[in-house]
Amino acid sequence: MSPMALAWQQFRFERKLFWRNPSAAFFNFLLPLLLLVLIATAFSSESEELEVLIPGVAGMGVLATTFTALAFNLTLLREEGVLKRIRGTPMPAGAYLAGLIGSATLNAVVQVALVVAIGKLLYGVDWPQDPLVLVGFTLLGVVCFAALGVAFSHLIPNEDAAPAYTNAVFLPLIFISGVFYSADDLPEALKAIAEALPLKHLIDGLSEAIVGGGGDAGTAAVVVAAWAVAALFLAVRFFRWE
Amino acid sequence: MASAAIQVRDLRKDYGPVEAVRGVSFDVERGEVFGLLGPNGAGKTTTVEILEGYRHRSAGEVRVLGHDPAERDRQLQQRVGIVLQSCGFYPRVTVREALEHFSKAYERPRDPDETIDLVGLHEKADARAKDLSGGQRRRLDLALALVGDPELVFLDEPTTGFDPAARRTAWGVVRTLKELGKTVLLTTHYLDEAQELADRVAIVKEGRIVADGPPDQLGPGSSRYRVSYLSGGSRVEHQTDDPTELLHRLTRDAIARGERLEGLEVTRPTLEEVYLELTAEASST
Repeated sequence: MSPMALAWQQFRFERKLFWRNPSAAFFNFLLPLLLLVLIATAFSSESEELEVLIPGVAGMGVLATTFTALAFNLTLLREEGVLKRIRGTPMPAGAYLAGLIGSATLNAVVQVALVVAIGKLLYGVDWPQDPLVLVGFTLLGVVCFAALGVAFSHLIPNEDAAPAYTNAVFLPLIFISGVFYSADDLPEALKAIAEALPLKHLIDGLSEAIVGGGGDAGTAAVVVAAWAVAALFLAVRFFRWE
Repeated sequence: MASAAIQVRDLRKDYGPVEAVRGVSFDVERGEVFGLLGPNGAGKTTTVEILEGYRHRSAGEVRVLGHDPAERDRQLQQRVGIVLQSCGFYPRVTVREALEHFSKAYERPRDPDETIDLVGLHEKADARAKDLSGGQRRRLDLALALVGDPELVFLDEPTTGFDPAARRTAWGVVRTLKELGKTVLLTTHYLDEAQELADRVAIVKEGRIVADGPPDQLGPGSSRYRVSYLSGGSRVEHQTDDPTELLHRLTRDAIARGERLEGLEVTRPTLEEVYLELTAEASST
């Protein structure tokens, strides 16, 4: 089989694995949707707030399905010896990782689509103003956060530490990046940190695409892309099979 | 004649100041079951992981089926099966699904169901990996290593932690591999396992080979035969290279005295005794 066909096989295998682990599927995939519905129902009756919340939760979904899921899973696969086992077969490393990351990508894309659909169907937020920009930012975000997840897994010492490490990034990041409320309301110091990190910019881009948020999509794209390049370098340079 | 399946010449591996492997040389012929026997930390796994392509050597020459494993050529990996010492697996995948998936990376795989039969997991083909017992998990490891129909199989401590019945089953699989004409490189710290399975054994101690040969011919030289009998309630023991002469003398003298040699035994040192003697020598130098 060609490396492409093997990547496809791995992708299908990863999909099977994903649905066989319902708790992981829930936390990475359904939890952001649940938060969206709860927060939208409880607090965000105003359309202005929904226009912050919908892109924000879409961005959080990308973060959860790529960064968190990959950092967690790769640590587990590495510590359990599954990566080492695969390294001992003719499966090309690139095909294996493409299948693994492809599965995370599908989750991210479905997640963004569901958030947008829930926004429209439940809360009456219009369909995305600029679907192409939405697709573009989603994919850029996937590349950036998937690579960051792979890179971050190198720092996690073992599988027991994986939830603490990923949450230590995930939770502060969503609080300062304007997921549930506009990041503009934050104190200057936190705002400066959020500006330097990619999630706020991904959400700006998604906001521009979904609700015409008026953010600077160009700057957002440049920042996310720069993080993506750096993360890809780190992910490849420090990859550990065991 | 085809060249040896594995050739190792003066292999060395340092981890910083620690020399894990200190000049190891051996050949494994095609179709042979070769055992690397030694205590934990002797350098067996390091040696095997260099041959498997997981680690780079510090010095020396290594050929595996004509390839340098450090180059990680996929053509070599098509022909090699690896059972690692301890290795996790996807808990929620069934045995059959696992083999079907892993077989796809190989150009000429063995049929997954046939492979399941080969390792005796037929009844567990639809069980998920997490529901297998320790011995069954190890058989799954073995099946995954065999699904590419490899010429050469590396087995690193294949039965560690097994109960006696599971060990017998695993030994049966290794014998099947030999019958199929596969070359097997086995590491173990169980003496009986090496004695039972290996055509030739190399005893490894502190990164060096201290003895090698067929398991029943390994001996520390001077004390190859032991002759013992009971005299006055206690056992008298002689060691000799030439039991014929010794036995003749002992029995002649006994007959002359009108005695019987109660409990007379002629034994060869077990591999265990050879092993203990050799590894003790190595550690005292």
